Amino acid sequence: MFLKHKVSGVALVAIPTAFLGLFFVYPLATIFRRGLGNSLPTDVLFDPGTLRIVWFTVWQATVSTALTLAAGMPLAWATARLAFRGRGLVRALVVVPFVLPTVVVATAFLALLPESMQRGIVPILLAHVFFNVAVVVRVVGGYWARLDPSLWDAAATLGASPGRRFRELTLPALRPALAAATALTFLFCFTSFGVIVILGGPRFATLEVDIYDLATQTFDLRAAAALSLLQLVAVAAIVAVSSRLEARAGSRLPIAVEQVAARKPRGWERPALVATLSFAALGFGLPLAALVQRSFATPHGAGLAFYRSIGDETPTLLVVPWRAVEYSLAYAAAATAIALVVGGLAAVAIAHRRSGRWLDTVVMLPLGASAVMLGYGFVIAFDTAPLDFRGTAWIVPVVQALVAAPFVVRIVAPALRGIDPRLREAAAVLGAPPARVRREIDVPLVLRPLGIAAGLAFAIALGEFGATVFLARSDRPTLPVAIFRFLERPGATNQGTAAALCVVLMAVTVLAVGAADRLTSRPGAF
Amino acid sequence: MLRVDDVRVAFDGVTALDGASLEAETGRTLAVLGPSGCGKTTLLRAIAGLQTVDSGRILLDGDNLTGVPVHRRGIGLMFQDNVLFPHRDVAGNIAFGLRVDRRPRHEIARRVQELLALVGLPGSATRAVQTLSGGEQQRVALGRALAREPRVLLLDEPLGSLDERLRERLLDDLRDLFARLQLTVVYVTHDVGEAFALGHAVAIMREGEVVQSTTPNDLWRRPADDWVARFLGMRNIRDDGDRCLVIPAEAVVVEPGDDAVVRTVERRGAVVWLRVALDDGRELDSVTTDSGHPRAGERVGVRIEETSTISVLKWKG
Amino acid sequence: MRKVGAAAVAIVMAGAASGIAASSTGQVVLVTHDSFAISKATKAAFEKQSGVKLRILQNGDAGAALNRALLTAGKPEGDVFFGVDNNLLSRALGGKLFDSYSPEGLTHVDRSFDLDRSHRLVPVDHGAVCLVYDRAWFATHAMKPPSTFEDLLRPGYAKLTVVENPATSTPGLAFMLATIAHFGRGNAPWTYWRAIGNGVLVTNGWEEAYNTQFSGSSSHKGSRPIVVSYSSDPAAEVYFAGKSLTQSPVAVVRNTCFGQTEFAGVLRGARNADGARRLVDFLLSPRFQAGIPLTMFVYPVREKTPLPAVFRKFSLPIASPLQLAPATIGANRDAWIRTWTTTVLR
Repeated sequence: MFLKHKVSGVALVAIPTAFLGLFFVYPLATIFRRGLGNSLPTDVLFDPGTLRIVWFTVWQATVSTALTLAAGMPLAWATARLAFRGRGLVRALVVVPFVLPTVVVATAFLALLPESMQRGIVPILLAHVFFNVAVVVRVVGGYWARLDPSLWDAAATLGASPGRRFRELTLPALRPALAAATALTFLFCFTSFGVIVILGGPRFATLEVDIYDLATQTFDLRAAAALSLLQLVAVAAIVAVSSRLEARAGSRLPIAVEQVAARKPRGWERPALVATLSFAALGFGLPLAALVQRSFATPHGAGLAFYRSIGDETPTLLVVPWRAVEYSLAYAAAATAIALVVGGLAAVAIAHRRSGRWLDTVVMLPLGASAVMLGYGFVIAFDTAPLDFRGTAWIVPVVQALVAAPFVVRIVAPALRGIDPRLREAAAVLGAPPARVRREIDVPLVLRPLGIAAGLAFAIALGEFGATVFLARSDRPTLPVAIFRFLERPGATNQGTAAALCVVLMAVTVLAVGAADRLTSRPGAF
Repeated sequence: MLRVDDVRVAFDGVTALDGASLEAETGRTLAVLGPSGCGKTTLLRAIAGLQTVDSGRILLDGDNLTGVPVHRRGIGLMFQDNVLFPHRDVAGNIAFGLRVDRRPRHEIARRVQELLALVGLPGSATRAVQTLSGGEQQRVALGRALAREPRVLLLDEPLGSLDERLRERLLDDLRDLFARLQLTVVYVTHDVGEAFALGHAVAIMREGEVVQSTTPNDLWRRPADDWVARFLGMRNIRDDGDRCLVIPAEAVVVEPGDDAVVRTVERRGAVVWLRVALDDGRELDSVTTDSGHPRAGERVGVRIEETSTISVLKWKG
Repeated sequence: MRKVGAAAVAIVMAGAASGIAASSTGQVVLVTHDSFAISKATKAAFEKQSGVKLRILQNGDAGAALNRALLTAGKPEGDVFFGVDNNLLSRALGGKLFDSYSPEGLTHVDRSFDLDRSHRLVPVDHGAVCLVYDRAWFATHAMKPPSTFEDLLRPGYAKLTVVENPATSTPGLAFMLATIAHFGRGNAPWTYWRAIGNGVLVTNGWEEAYNTQFSGSSSHKGSRPIVVSYSSDPAAEVYFAGKSLTQSPVAVVRNTCFGQTEFAGVLRGARNADGARRLVDFLLSPRFQAGIPLTMFVYPVREKTPLPAVFRKFSLPIASPLQLAPATIGANRDAWIRTWTTTVLR
C-alpha cells in the first residue's frame, strides 16, 4: 500500500523529468557545447549590440504583455461570467490567431494597416496582442469561470462598486491565473520571431531573431549559442519569479460549477458585453475576415477554385495539400496526448510535492528556447543509435508537446492548488482510498481546466512552426508548413491556396477547441 | 466507546495536543468545548485519522485505530463549513460514501431518500449544492456523514457559520437526530450554549489538554478551576488564598435593603442581570427572573446564599 | 499511473522502431532547402530506374539547410545535398561536407557553371536575381520602367523599390553582390547604396517583399512597382495566374541580374553512397533537368534541355548575368553585409 503510493509518487516526477531531460536539456546542451566549447563568450554577451537587442527584447515584451492583458481581460470576463448566445464560439474563435502562422497574420496586418503604420513598434505590439489574447481569455477566463460568484454578490449587497469589487475581490482571486497568463504571454513576446521580422523590418531584432540569423545566415554558432544561453537564463529568471507569485497566490476560493457561475448580463453588464464583443469583432474579425475573403477571391471572381486546388497535385509541395490536414491532425493529437501526460504529471508534482517544485521552472523553458537552436540540437544530439531519432515521425509531436506542456502545467497546477484539501479529506473520511480520492475529487475538479489545456495544447501543436518546420519530413508537412511553402512561391494560385489552407486551419482549430471545451464542460463527466 | 489516550501532536515544534485524553460513551454525545486555538479541531482530525499523532492511542470499542488509515476507520466527519463536493448534486454528495462501499445501486437510491428525509431536505436530490442556503448545505453534509452509518460521528463547529435563528433550529434537529439514531457523537464547539444543549457529557480543552470531562450539571457545579469557571461564563470569582471562590450569580439575591447600589441593569431574554456595588467597594453580578427588579441607582440589600458558593482550584497558566 | 508510464514506454519503443525502419538502405535521402521541388512522376521515374526509394528532407532556406548540413558533417542526415548556390559555395567546400563524384551528365554542362573542379559539388540548375517591375503600374503612370541600376538614381525611382536585407535573404544578398559586380569593388557600390538607401524599402525576406510590398504580384497588391526577385517571375506569374494571360504582369530589368547556380554533392558519410551517386546522376539526367523550370522556376544547366512554352515565351534565361568568383564572395561576404547594413539601415 505504502510502496505503491511511493512508486506512483516517483513516476509523477520521473516521467516529466525524463521527457524534458531527453528531449530538451540533452539536445540543447549538445548544441551549446558544440558552439561554446569550454569558454564563456563574455565578448558576445557584453557587446553593445547585444545589450541593445536585449533591451529591445525586454521592453517590447513587457509592453506587449501589458497591452495583451488589458485587451484580454474584458473578453475573459465576458466569456467566464456572462451567459450569452455564441459564448462557446467566441471562446473557440479567440484561439484562431494563436495557431495561424505568424507570416499569415503579419501579412494580414500589413494589408489592413495604413502605410505609415506598417513598419515599426506599433504593428509589432498590435500583432502580439492579436496573437496572445487567446492566452489571457483561456487561462484567466477558465479560472474566472470557476470562482463562486456568490462572493461577488455578497460584496455587491454590501455596496461595493463594480470597480472596487474588481480591485479588491476579482484581481486578488485571479492572481494565480493572471500570473500564469502573464508569464506565458511574456515568454511568447520575449521569443517573438516572425512578427518582428516582418512587421519590424530589418531595423528591429529580438534575441530570437538575432540567434536565428547568427545560426542560419552568418553561421556564427558560438555567438548564437551564447545568445540563446542568455535568453534561456533570462527566461528561467522570469519563470521562477512568476511561479513564485502564482504559488503564493494559491488562494482556495470556492470552486463553482460553471453553468451556475455564468448568468445573463444585467444592468451595466449589457453595454459592457456589447462593447467587448464589438471590440473583439473589430480586432480579430477584421484580419481574419480579410484572410477568408482572399481565399475566395480567384482570378475569375469569387469562387472555390483555391479550395479545389487543395486536392490537386502541385509543384509547390511534395504531397497533395489536403494531406497536410491529415498530418497536422495526427501530429497535434499525439502532441496533445503527450503534453497532457507530461504536463499533467508535472502539474500534480508541482502542486503537491516538494520534490516537484523545480519542475515548475524547467517545464516552462522550452517556451523560451530558440527554436532553431533546439532544432540544431536535435539534429546533432540524436545522430547515433540507439538515439538516432532523426527523420522519425514521432519526433514532431514530441517537440510540439515540449511547447504545449507548459500550458497544461500553467492551467492545471493552479487548478489543483485551488482545490480545497478538505475535499480530499472529506472523501477519505467517507472511505475513499488515496487513488479513489484522486479519481473522485482531483480528476473531476481539474477536468474542465484539463479540457481548456487540451484545447490550447492542440492549438499550439497545430500552429507550431519554428521547430516543426525543422523536424517534420517534407513528405509529411503540417498545415502551417504547407501554407509557408505556398507563400514562398509567386503567383495567384499559390497565394490563394495558402489563404484557403489558412481558412481550413482556422476551421480545424475552432472545431477541435470547441469539442475539447464541450467534452469537458460537464462537471460530473467522470 | 471511543477512547483517546494521552495523544500528542506537534507542528514544527509547536505543540497542538499535549497529552489529550477523553472518553465518549457509545450512543451518547460528548461536547468538546474550548476557546479557539486550544487544539480541539486537531483532536478531531486525529480521531478521524486526518492527523497522524506523535504519541498516544485512539481506541474505538477496544480496537486500536491509531495506525489505521483514514478511509478504513469508519468514522463520520462533518466539517466547519460543510465542504460539499462542488461537482456533485445533493444526492451525489450523500451517496459518495455508499458508492465507495460498492453498495448496490437501488440500495444507494433508497438510502439517499431516507437520509434526505432524515435531515429535512426531501425532494432536493438533484439540486446543485451551490444553490442551497448555508443551513441546507449543512444538512446535506450531515446526510453525507451519516450515510455509511459511522461508528462515531465527529462534528467540527458545524453551526459556526450560520445565523442565530438557523442555529437554534438546527441544534434542536441535531439533538433529536442523535437521540433517535443512538449515535456516538463527538461535537466540537467553542460555544458554551451549544455544548450544554447537546452534550450528555462536556469535555473542556485548554492548551492541548482536556482539563475536565463530566456531565453538564457536574461541570456547572464543580468547574475544575477558575479558568474553567470563567470560560463557562461564571462571574463573581475572587481570590481566596491559594484557591478561588466562585459565587454563582443566581446565589446573589438582591432584595429591598441598604447594602449596595445598583450600577447596571441588563435584560437578556428571560433573565435580568444586575450589577451591584457593595458599600465596601466590591462589585457582584446577580441574575433574576423577577420582572419587578430594582432600577439602576437604587439602593438595595444583597444576600449571598453561602451554601451555593463554590471553592475551586486556582489555575496558574 | 503505471498504465500511463507503460503507454509512454510503448510510444517511445514504437517510435524508435519506426526510426530504425526509416534508416534502412533501401532508400536514398536528399537533403535540401525549402524551395526544392520535384514532380511525383519524376520522383517515381528515379525510384523505378534505380530501385531505391527517394526521401526528401527540406531543412529551411538555403542558408539554414547548408548550416544544418555543416553541423552534421560526417554523420549526415541524408545521402545527397542539393541547394548550395555560388554565394555559399566556399562555405560549403570549407566544411569537408562532400565526397567528390563526377556524374556522367556533367559532360553536357557548360564549363562556366562548373565552379568546383574537384567535383565535390556539381551544378544542377541556374537562375538569376534581378530587379523586377510591375508593367501595369508604369503604363498607368506613364513612366519609363528602369533599365539599369543607375535608373534608380533618377528622382523618385528609389522610392518605388523594395529590396531584401542581404543579411537575411538570399535574393537580397545576390542583389547586393550584383551592385558590387556592376560598380566594381571599392567605394562605388556604397555610394550607390547611400544614394538610393533612403528611398528603398528593406524587408527581411523575399516573401514579404514580393507578395506584400510589390504592386505587381497577383496576390495582394502592395504599393511599390519595383522589387528584387527572380528572373523567372514573368513565367511564374503567368503559370500560376489561374487563368490564361497573353502578357506577364511583371518584367525583368535584364541589366541588373546576378547569376545564381545551384549545386549538389554526395554527403561524406552517406549511408547509401551508391544510391547517392545514382541520385546525383539523375539530377543531371535529361528527365530531371527538363522538369526543373516548372517545379523550381530556375533553368536547367544541361545543354539542349527543352524549355517549357511559358518560359520560352515569358522568361528566357539571362544570357550573361553579373557574377563574382565564389572565393571572392566567401572572403568578403560578411564584411560587405556589415558595410551594407551601416550604409542602408543606419
